[in-house]
Amino acid sequence: MAAKHLRKVLPGFGLTIGWTLIYLTLIVLIPLSALFLKTASGGWEHIWGTVTEPRVLASLRVSFGVSLAAALCNGFFGVLAAWVLARYEFPGRKLLDAMVDLPFALPTAVAGIALTAIYAPNGMIGSLLMPYDIKVAYTQLGIFIALVFIGLPFVVRTVQPVIQDLSAEVEEAAATLGAGRWQTFQRIIFPAVLPSILTGTTLAYGRAVGEFGSVVFIAGNIPGKTEIAPLLIITKLEQYDYTGAAAIGFVMLVGAFVILLVSNGLQSWDNKRRGLA
Amino acid sequence: MAGAIALLKPRMAARRAATSESLVIKVIFITIVLAFFALFLVLPLVVVFQEAFSKGLTVFLKTFEDRATAHAVWLTLLVAAIAVPLNTIFGVTAAWGISRFRFRGRSFLITLIDLPLWISPVVGGLIYVLVFGAQGWLGPWLQANDIRVIFAIPGIVLVTVFVTFPFVARGLIPLMQAQGAREEEAAATLGANGWQMFMRVTLPKIKWGLLYGVILCNARAMGEFGAVSVVSGHIRGKTNTMPLHIEILYNEYHFASAFAVASVLALLALLSLAIKTFAEWQSARQLRQTNM
Repeated sequence: MAAKHLRKVLPGFGLTIGWTLIYLTLIVLIPLSALFLKTASGGWEHIWGTVTEPRVLASLRVSFGVSLAAALCNGFFGVLAAWVLARYEFPGRKLLDAMVDLPFALPTAVAGIALTAIYAPNGMIGSLLMPYDIKVAYTQLGIFIALVFIGLPFVVRTVQPVIQDLSAEVEEAAATLGAGRWQTFQRIIFPAVLPSILTGTTLAYGRAVGEFGSVVFIAGNIPGKTEIAPLLIITKLEQYDYTGAAAIGFVMLVGAFVILLVSNGLQSWDNKRRGLA
Repeated sequence: MAGAIALLKPRMAARRAATSESLVIKVIFITIVLAFFALFLVLPLVVVFQEAFSKGLTVFLKTFEDRATAHAVWLTLLVAAIAVPLNTIFGVTAAWGISRFRFRGRSFLITLIDLPLWISPVVGGLIYVLVFGAQGWLGPWLQANDIRVIFAIPGIVLVTVFVTFPFVARGLIPLMQAQGAREEEAAATLGANGWQMFMRVTLPKIKWGLLYGVILCNARAMGEFGAVSVVSGHIRGKTNTMPLHIEILYNEYHFASAFAVASVLALLALLSLAIKTFAEWQSARQLRQTNM
């Protein structure tokens, strides 16, 4: 590895990178390779057989599908929140700004039981919706609510700095040239912020797909309807079906990997665009 | 609403009207965001504390007299006390190596460090079962030597280390890259050894960013549910952390007790959030000063 001129002055290259690689290998890479080998040991047919079980297929559909809906909802409200936090001055803005990270800090199980208490048929909001025959807890709508909670900070924290960095001159120029506010937003602001919106939404999606703690309580876990894929992994493990659990884990990992790849691609695209501008 | 508009007006006047929305739009946007935050962020928090005290202070306090609860609190503290320092040391070393040297595969290394964030916590637990479980790679050897990892405390510690792996490194790498290495290079030229340089030059520069990462790492370590749930075995009074204990109390319909334990974790989350926000402000201020 060539560390060139910097290496001469600053010490610690071998030590720090060495330890980083050892620790990374022990904690992440070796256990992860166990998943690949276990999945492979079951053979291609076993993976396919497990993944196409109706119950597994349904759980994957719930995990990836409801997560997408929640991520899109976050995409909308997250951008609005980022805009308001970045652009407007109002009393309590800093407190609101700090609140955004609550879903990062609050343990998922705590969020899970709190949301269930709110949206259960006898809960604060659940009881209000009962007369209209809307059930939230123990349905996919409940899963959706939990995933919106979990994903919000990803969108806000990705979009907010981009809005803050927008140069005022461009907007002023547009206004001087006679553009209305809506036109400026459509033609100037939105195109500049779009990549970060896509990145943030993808990140929220990636997080939602694997989410467990906040979802299991409110989901009701009805097989085929509100059972999420991570829960099915646990079920398989409890039945000592290690290869089955590994197969579902493998599919989720591939899904997460694709999402991460898309988000990284969007981020570097965005960096390049902003670098050129 | 009228009050809100009156409060907004004097500050808004400073901004040029042409590059800003009309007051009505602003008030509508702010109201929507406030309502969204109230519904999704504030309400769950309020409900946790309300439910915790719904059966009175006696039930609340009694929850913590229970030995299983006390053990869960102890185990949660123990797990965090091991996992957080390990990942802090790793985070600082990784950030030093990655931000101070250029080498091939650097951005790939950052991606690998980020990996645990994108893996479902349940999958995180699963991969440790596949290594240390009875049917796992090391299972037979561990059994022969009578060492328990899965369904025991070592397994809980290991998966917590896995789940919280990137937090400190992720906070420090961009910060140290932004700060640059000029001061360290000066210190080295003046004859400081690596340790002196780190303690006297680097650490004071990164302390707020470090605190930020450690706080997030600790919050996640104490609150982790999915990964720990897979490897713990849920043995009451033995392998239950606070989040798992909440689940057990909840499933046994001891709602007030479940929320009592949850309220302690919620309080911890609020405290973490406060320290984190403060550290963020300090770190941004410090970065502005160094770059001046």
